[in-house]
Amino acid sequence: MHWQTLSEFFAMGGYAFYVWSSFGLTALLAIWELLSLRYRRRKAFKLIKQQIEMKSIN
Amino acid sequence: MIFGINWYKYASPAAFYPLAGKLTPWFYGLASLLLVAGLYISFAVSPTDFQQGEAYRIIFIHVPAAWMSMFIYLVMAAWAGIGLALNAKLSSMMAQALAPTGALFTVIALATGSLWGKPMWGAWWVWDARLTSELILLFLYIGFIALQAAIDEPRRADRAGALLALVGVVNVPIIYFSVRWWNTLHQGASVSVTTAPKMATIMLTGMLLMALACWMYAVAVVLSRVRIIILERERRADWVKALVEVNQ
Repeated sequence: MHWQTLSEFFAMGGYAFYVWSSFGLTALLAIWELLSLRYRRRKAFKLIKQQIEMKSIN
Repeated sequence: MIFGINWYKYASPAAFYPLAGKLTPWFYGLASLLLVAGLYISFAVSPTDFQQGEAYRIIFIHVPAAWMSMFIYLVMAAWAGIGLALNAKLSSMMAQALAPTGALFTVIALATGSLWGKPMWGAWWVWDARLTSELILLFLYIGFIALQAAIDEPRRADRAGALLALVGVVNVPIIYFSVRWWNTLHQGASVSVTTAPKMATIMLTGMLLMALACWMYAVAVVLSRVRIIILERERRADWVKALVEVNQ
C-alpha cells in the first residue's frame, strides 16, 4: 500500500476526476444492466402468467 | 466425464434454460471475487506510473473493456453464424443475448479512453484509426440490436442479424491492428501474444485480473439474458407455462 492518507488516495495525484469518473461510470453502467435484466425478467414472467390466465378464462 | 454428457441435448432451449440457471450464480460469484482482487491490485498494490502519474490507473478498466468489446463481438458473430448455418434457434438467441453486453463494454472502452485521452493527449476525442474503428464497433452492435428489433418474425430477425454480424467481423482485426497499420495517437499494444509485455508485472497482474472479472461478469449477464430471451420467445411452449406456474 503506497498511499499515506485516505485523501491522498481520493486525490489520485490530481487526476481524481478522470480516474474516478472512469470507474464510477463503469459501475453505474453495470448496475443499470443488472437492474434492467431484473425488470425484463419480471416482465416476461408477468406476460406468460397473463397468457395462462387468458387461456383459462376462454 | 465430459464425453458421457449428451451435449446436443443442451441445444434445446428447454434443456438449456435450467442448466444456465444453475451456472449463472457461479459466474457472478467468480466475477465478484476477481473484481475484489483486481481492484485491490489496481488501486492498493500497483505503484505510480513514472510518466503518467496516477492517471494510468484508467488502464485497469479501459483495456479489459476494450478486449471484451472485441471478444464478445467475435463470439456473437460465431453464434449468429452457427444459428444461420445450422438453423439452430438457441445459437441465435445466444447472439441476441451477447449484443447488449458487447455494446456496453464498447461504451465503457470509448468513455474511459476519452477520460484518459483528455489529461494525456489534451483531447477528449481524435479521429484516429483506433478510436474510429472502435466507434464503428459500437455502431455495429447498435445496428445488430436495432435490425433484430425492427423485424417482427424472430427467425427472420435472426437471419438478418447474423448477416450483419458476420459482415462486421472484418472490423475487429482493423481495431486490433490499427495501432500497427496506421500512425495513431493511441499507444501500441502493451500486451501481445508474441512479445514480452511492456509493463510491470504487478500492473499486468491487475489488468489481467480485471479482464477475467469482466469476462466472468459478461458470461453471467449473458446467461441471465439468454434465459429471459428463451422465456420471451418460447412463451407458448408448454414447459415455459409449467415453469411459470410452478414459480409463483
